[in-house]
Amino acid sequence: MQSLLEQVAAGLLWRFPGGVHPPTRKAELSKKPIASLPLPDKLYIPLRQHIGVAGHCLVHKGDHVMKGQPLTLADNSMSVPVHAPTSGLILAVTEHTSPHPSALPEPCIVLEPDGLDEWREREPMHYPRCSTEQLLERIQQSGIAGMGGAGFPTHLKSAVQQHVELLIINGVECEPYISADDALMQEQADTIVQGIEILCHILEPKAVLIAIEDDKPAAISAMQNACDGRQPWYVRPVPTKYPSGGEKQLIQLLTGREVPAGRRPIDIGMMMFNVGTSFAVAQAVLHDIPLLSRIVTVAGDTLQHPQNVLAPIGTPVSDLLHFCGFQPERPQRVIMGGPMMGFTLPDLSVPIIKTTNCILAPTQQELPAAGEEMDCIRCTACAEACPASLLPQQLLWFSKAKDTEKLDEYNLFDCIECGACAYVCPSEIPLVQYYRVAKAEIREQQREALKAEQAKARFEARQARLEAEKLERQRRNEQLAAERAAKQSASAPDAVAAALARVKSQQQQTPGDLEAIKAERERKKQQARERQAEKTEAPADSVSATDPRQAAITAALARAKAKKQAAATSDSERVQSQQTEPGQTATESVETAAANEASDPRKAAIAAALARAKAKKQAAASASDNGQTEQEQAKPAHTGAAQAAAEPAQTAAASEASDPRKAAIAAAIARAKAKKQTEARPAPEKAGPEEAKSDQTDPASAPDEHIAPTEQPSDPRKAAIAAAVARAKARKRKETELK
Amino acid sequence: MMTTALAVLGVLALLFGAILGYAAIRFRVESDPLIEQIDDILPQTQCGQCGYPGCRPYAEAIANGDDINKCPPGGEATVRKLADLMGVEPKPLHEEAQNAVKKVAFIREDECIGCTKCIQACPVDAIVGATRQMHTVIVDECTGCDLCVEPCPVDCIDMIPLIETAERWKWDLQAIPVRMVEAD
Repeated sequence: MQSLLEQVAAGLLWRFPGGVHPPTRKAELSKKPIASLPLPDKLYIPLRQHIGVAGHCLVHKGDHVMKGQPLTLADNSMSVPVHAPTSGLILAVTEHTSPHPSALPEPCIVLEPDGLDEWREREPMHYPRCSTEQLLERIQQSGIAGMGGAGFPTHLKSAVQQHVELLIINGVECEPYISADDALMQEQADTIVQGIEILCHILEPKAVLIAIEDDKPAAISAMQNACDGRQPWYVRPVPTKYPSGGEKQLIQLLTGREVPAGRRPIDIGMMMFNVGTSFAVAQAVLHDIPLLSRIVTVAGDTLQHPQNVLAPIGTPVSDLLHFCGFQPERPQRVIMGGPMMGFTLPDLSVPIIKTTNCILAPTQQELPAAGEEMDCIRCTACAEACPASLLPQQLLWFSKAKDTEKLDEYNLFDCIECGACAYVCPSEIPLVQYYRVAKAEIREQQREALKAEQAKARFEARQARLEAEKLERQRRNEQLAAERAAKQSASAPDAVAAALARVKSQQQQTPGDLEAIKAERERKKQQARERQAEKTEAPADSVSATDPRQAAITAALARAKAKKQAAATSDSERVQSQQTEPGQTATESVETAAANEASDPRKAAIAAALARAKAKKQAAASASDNGQTEQEQAKPAHTGAAQAAAEPAQTAAASEASDPRKAAIAAAIARAKAKKQTEARPAPEKAGPEEAKSDQTDPASAPDEHIAPTEQPSDPRKAAIAAAVARAKARKRKETELK
Repeated sequence: MMTTALAVLGVLALLFGAILGYAAIRFRVESDPLIEQIDDILPQTQCGQCGYPGCRPYAEAIANGDDINKCPPGGEATVRKLADLMGVEPKPLHEEAQNAVKKVAFIREDECIGCTKCIQACPVDAIVGATRQMHTVIVDECTGCDLCVEPCPVDCIDMIPLIETAERWKWDLQAIPVRMVEAD
């Protein structure tokens, strides 16, 4: 029994089940040289062009970038950066239609080339002296992701711990039309071989197999020449059959081994790279050229010059098509990818990305639109064509029934979506579409399940935490209670002893002592009475004539009284209702407070505030129909307080009023009340906002001789809090009304 | 003869009865696994829309015979699974839950006053913030249960539909041409 390597060396080929033979339509294309696209006007570079996560965007609108400069930062292993394909100006970082079948907008960097094509500084590496880590770092930083179509980051794929027995280089482009790799092998065989050498340096495989379909003789000979008798390297022509370029199918074809379901080729000692990837690796390591452009097959009968084009990443499809002489039909379909696995583009501004290998603009005769779907006739053509040995009919029915369990049982996830089943179906059932829908559905369900699990864990953790907190509180309370009890019990004997002692001393007191005490009390009372009388009798003027303070108080008193009367009359005139009364009482209370305690400015201020609050309360209680009265009530209160607290008091009162926080809260409360009132009885005219506005300004402007109020509205934070409180109140009110 | 047969059968009956009785005690299942199974099916949003304070209490209620169609976040799929498990007919969900879109909470941060009420309401700790500091929702952890919207005193929490991304996108069957069938 020969070992696998011996069998491979002997040139043995196996076969994989199924497969189809669609017309290849490549002969004409592969003979033409690769054309170079002139720089487009604008490049749309999606931030994410691979499987994994996007890097952080490093550039901003208006930045000037050099060719090869990284535009995103790959800060974790699952991301690779994208680079500026040429020097130019960043026009925007915005959303742009993505090159994805969903055509959902994705973040994109828009670059306007300046035409100079200026390179950043480059640091070529001499790879035999570099460690694997350095090489993998370079591969990652050069933005290399699998060029075959899937776009898996190459550095991740290469950073394996397992031993690689066989390195397979995939030059099998099995889909019709596509000849980008063919063209690359014909023109750049030497660079590809250099890339393979670098990959060998990293992976150290026992043998290298370069697989090329036998309908590409030019590529085969070019690669054979470039390999130049390296051992053990084998260039292996394989029969033309679709989909022999699929990773698992090609492994089966070349080695007879199957990759187990849900596993990767490395699990059976194989590693596969596309020729485009090895070319990009060579460019990145040897010349420090990151992945800036790729070869795209532009084909279809609506083009005058179908050819392979070297296009910068980010080139809009329309530029490519027009470069090749696009003469669109109506309606024109443009397909990204091949005719078997590609998808129709929603518009032509979609950019070329790292994994785009073909743009197809066929005529209606060439590639007719999918016909009408008919019922399955159970011909089993699809099962015969399936390269993964699945049962497409069963999968179709289960997909339609959304029976995820059965789909799993029939290994839906082993489907490579090659489209062979749909290609052979006589009923024109788009089988692959059904599988894709089902797969997306199952993935979504798995995501949901995972999320539910996480939510459950978080919920349980929270419950546990709350429980623990509760217990902790309980324990602390108990502890405190115990402490208190202990303290009481400790002090209790002393108290008892003291009481006993008191009783004893009382008993010891003689009746004579008691009488003496009584006399003493009488005397003290008499004295107090005398002092009182003296106080009331003393004429205020004579005592306080010398005291400017006292004079001020009396002056204030007089002024307040006068004011009160004026206010009372004017109020009654203006409002003519009981609403004046709260105002009056408020002023009165203020006055009395001021009169009693004018000496203490602080107390006066507090009294004023209290009075204000009372006035407001009364106003609210009497359901005064507008905020106007409220202001009026508040005004006299303010002025009263201010005037009563004379010169020394003034500053204090000011400080009270200037406490912007309190004022703001008061303002908010007032506003909320006003709102409430307006809501309670829908005013015919638009009084609400006006009132609210006047309210907002008025309490602040009432004591107008102070500086404080000006500070008040200028504090945006407090104003915001007040506004929020007001909003909350209004909302509550609304809710209760609704109920 | 007759008595012997009866005796043998009687002894056998006693013997098997004893074995069964022993097995019932020896291999007794500790908790009701049905509740666990139901709880696994429920979406664990802990939203309380079923009228129970969380998914597990609802699972217990279903095990005790409550309706299986009270879980709007779970949708039709959950009802179907529950029907399978409980061996009952699937019932349609309440109307408003029929075509529910996945949503997540979003706090308008400049309006947040930092009252922490939403934090206390969130069953899965998906809101971060501190007293008088603005709060924010961890989108990936939010289950879209709506429980934070009600307690907010300043109404600064919105439930916004989850944005569809290319990864989450479900292929649509545009390839199948829609055709109008003439009604006759």
